[in-house]
Amino acid sequence: MVNLSVNLSGIEMANPIIPASGTFGFGYEFAELYDINCLGTFSFKGTTLNPRFGNPTPRIAECEGGMLNAVGLQNPGVDKVISEELPKLAKVFHKPVMANVSGFSLEEYVETVRKLDGEKQIGWFEVNISCPNVHGGGMSFGTSAASAAQVTEAVRKVTSKPLYIKLSPNVTDITEIARACEASGADGVSLINTLMGMRIDLKKKKPVLANVTGGFSGPAIMPVALRMVYQVYKAVNIPIIGMGGISTAEDVIEMMLAGATAVQVGAANLINPYASRDIIDALPAAMEKYGIRSLSEIIGAAHA
Amino acid sequence: MKQAIYEITRNQKIADHVYEMVLRGDTSAITAPGQFINIQLAGKYLRRPISICDWSDTDITIIYKVVGGGTEQMSEMHPGETLDVLVGLGNGYNTKKSGDAPVLLGGGVGVPPMYGLCKALRAEGKAVKVILGFNTASEVFYENEFRALGAEVTVTTVDGSYGMKGFVTDALKTMEYSYFFTCGPMPMFRAIESVAVTSGQYSFEERMGCGFGACMGCTCKTKYGNKRICKDGPVLEREEIVW
Repeated sequence: MVNLSVNLSGIEMANPIIPASGTFGFGYEFAELYDINCLGTFSFKGTTLNPRFGNPTPRIAECEGGMLNAVGLQNPGVDKVISEELPKLAKVFHKPVMANVSGFSLEEYVETVRKLDGEKQIGWFEVNISCPNVHGGGMSFGTSAASAAQVTEAVRKVTSKPLYIKLSPNVTDITEIARACEASGADGVSLINTLMGMRIDLKKKKPVLANVTGGFSGPAIMPVALRMVYQVYKAVNIPIIGMGGISTAEDVIEMMLAGATAVQVGAANLINPYASRDIIDALPAAMEKYGIRSLSEIIGAAHA
Repeated sequence: MKQAIYEITRNQKIADHVYEMVLRGDTSAITAPGQFINIQLAGKYLRRPISICDWSDTDITIIYKVVGGGTEQMSEMHPGETLDVLVGLGNGYNTKKSGDAPVLLGGGVGVPPMYGLCKALRAEGKAVKVILGFNTASEVFYENEFRALGAEVTVTTVDGSYGMKGFVTDALKTMEYSYFFTCGPMPMFRAIESVAVTSGQYSFEERMGCGFGACMGCTCKTKYGNKRICKDGPVLEREEIVW
């Protein structure tokens, strides 16, 4: 028997698989298809203080080995998340959930986390300082060590739950940002958010996305994500949630060898709605194939 | 919604750039005309959403136009090959509001979902008028299939090379009807909106990520709040649409 369980900042998870924020809504579209309690947990749709419509359409474009999205943090706002989404979620998911939070100012991050902090089902916070699709916020906090530290420090004061900061790959040195988060009280970091990209429609000779640029995700970005997780693992002593193009059980093992304690599955959920469950089902055989008895023993094992 | 593997039993050209494909497999997830399926293609990351033209207990018929690499790939597939498909997506048309004499307006590759809808309305005993709009004679398809359902069919072509010269709205203006249903390009929708005299339902198209409501890639604003074209649509009622 192989052991899939991992411990993420004091919370035991049956397996390290976490559907990534923005690809799993608040869970119930997927709960219609399979029992989502098989998941380690999932990171719910990025929540902001106020309701957001997001960007105009088209918001989606295809690329070789992946896709671009420029949804722009569409969500009902934190009050409705608490009054409507979480009660609905509680009926179909009975494990601690990861609360993904975004903001456009320090005050907004703080206020959103403060409001969510009393919700019993929330196990971890994942604070997104790396959304590439919103202007005047989001990623701008994640592109300098100083502002990443500011957000971390401010949010840290209003929650004692495990606090993960979600990092942008669209920076010169991601390890510097990760270190700043660690020094400011983060319990962990999750990486990578999408890579900023674009496509141009040849017939119209104009950008495909109404937002012009979007976030690139899918299998094509996996080597980039893996490299960054590997580098950050060397740089910090806090756990890492690794993500970026994960589509198979083998990808999960690779990401954990690079240093991830848990792994998020993003775009794959959109292509195959059963992807996260299928990856969990495939893990035992993949572990046996590579002589792995316990997943928690291989975290960072690729490092000398 | 169900995900399954379907066998292609037919894939043939029926008009310029337009193909009819029949897929054999589980159709139990289809609940209404106007729903769509989402097809995975080798080498393409995103699935291709295509409206359902007709279905039985064992078969799904789709009609698609070759507009890019994905649909071109589909056009080159042969009977016996299989496809991974998500079936039964979207809300579909609500036939309960049709009244006794609805009119159906299909433009180009907006025609296919009108067929399943026409079949459903005929089964309910409604007197159905159908207006099929194309650019030119070589693009016309399914005229006889609609007639075989007992519908009163008018074909319009923009260049006048077949049927009535003009747009579907030129035919619509001459008719009496209790309700309308439509699928087609946005300029056609705007024209219908300006001349239609009853309530109706429009089926919208948008670039989609997942097709089942998870990614928020295809959201639009309506008078009753945000709706996902893939899950809360693609069919919206005239009264809720923000133009």
